[in-house]
Amino acid sequence: MKYIRLKIAVLTTACLAVSTAAGHAESLAVRNCTWCHGGSAQGYTPAPRLAGQRPQYVKKQLINFREHTRDNPFSKLYMWGAAANLSPHTVRNLANYFSTIPPKAANDGDKELVAAGRAIYQEGIPDSNIAACVACHGPNAQGVSEIPRLGGLAYTYLKRRLEQWGEGYHAAAGPPMPHIASKLARNQIEALSSYLSFIK
Amino acid sequence: MKLINSYRSLRPEEGPLQSAHRILPFVGLAILTIVFAATSRADAAAVSNSAVEAKLAYCQDCHGPLGQGYRGFFPIPRLAGQQIEYLDNQLRAFVERRRPNPIMSNVAHVLSPDMITALATKFRDFNPKPLGGGPKELVAKGERIFQDGVPEANVAACAACHGPKALGYEQIPRLAGQLYRYIIKELTNWSKERGQNPAKLDTSFIMAPVAHSLTRSQVDAVAAYLSDLK
Repeated sequence: MKYIRLKIAVLTTACLAVSTAAGHAESLAVRNCTWCHGGSAQGYTPAPRLAGQRPQYVKKQLINFREHTRDNPFSKLYMWGAAANLSPHTVRNLANYFSTIPPKAANDGDKELVAAGRAIYQEGIPDSNIAACVACHGPNAQGVSEIPRLGGLAYTYLKRRLEQWGEGYHAAAGPPMPHIASKLARNQIEALSSYLSFIK
Repeated sequence: MKLINSYRSLRPEEGPLQSAHRILPFVGLAILTIVFAATSRADAAAVSNSAVEAKLAYCQDCHGPLGQGYRGFFPIPRLAGQQIEYLDNQLRAFVERRRPNPIMSNVAHVLSPDMITALATKFRDFNPKPLGGGPKELVAKGERIFQDGVPEANVAACAACHGPKALGYEQIPRLAGQLYRYIIKELTNWSKERGQNPAKLDTSFIMAPVAHSLTRSQVDAVAAYLSDLK
């Protein structure tokens, strides 16, 4: 009887240890992200804000990192490794978790370029065949489904991403972003990035 | 011929000089017509292939590489296989505020009639698979409404105007393969989105009573049927 009790005690301890390790692993996965993306996932240059991002978008990007189709230098350096061994379950949990954190606007663009950026975002430039971003990203740059929220992301992140489409990165992402963004001039990219950085 | 003969018989005294005097303005008009025709041909030639290709690529940015439509924040409609007359009428409707839409009115403002014809012809010739995505369980009900109408609600069969295969005719649009969310948005907003310029009435008034008479579940069913129709 004493022996059985001891056995139960050992088993219970072992189970506790396993479940604690599992719980810890989950928080470790989050902690592994926030190390670069900031303690409350608000982003830390050049790692973008994840707070409030569309869960379907985050999920798709993690898959793109794993499949090496998101291929800019920082992705290769950090995210290819970070996403390599995530289970589908963890990918889903991380995407859902970050989407529930309220996003804060970076507010770090050039204020004088905001009006020009807003015009491009909301109206496009039909004479130059540049599409209005609002059609897909939404009136408040909130995104939908696999289309990312852009409002309030950091100026430098937005600027680099917009430049990178034109530099041939993420070509595998398919239409329409490579074609749309590669037509944007440097001053148009700066205006858009400034406008978006202030959106709450 | 009869008319001309009777006209001649009324003026039997007319000599060759008078008749030349009467004909001359018409000759002038004919020459002017030829000159104008030549100018408009020059305009058509002014829409170069490269300008059409650049504008087409711009349309495709939002409406999809084969005009199949796109699920953006707003549903962006399928243009593939669409009637040329319908696209022309809608692009003019955006400019004339019959169909207020800030994005499309900007787009349409810079398109010349020749460019519209060129683009509409390109899109009519695309034939991609429908994007689909409507609830499959509604398809049978939607097909019944489309083909037979809803007699008890005085809703005529959609097929009567849009055709049994929903391919449309001239200003009546093709609906086959149109986006599920787009059809719902149009039918539930009809009288807020179409025919908005009282000074310029258009064919959209034909659809208003139909859109009003359909219940939301009937709208969903028709949209589900059409969204998957090739």
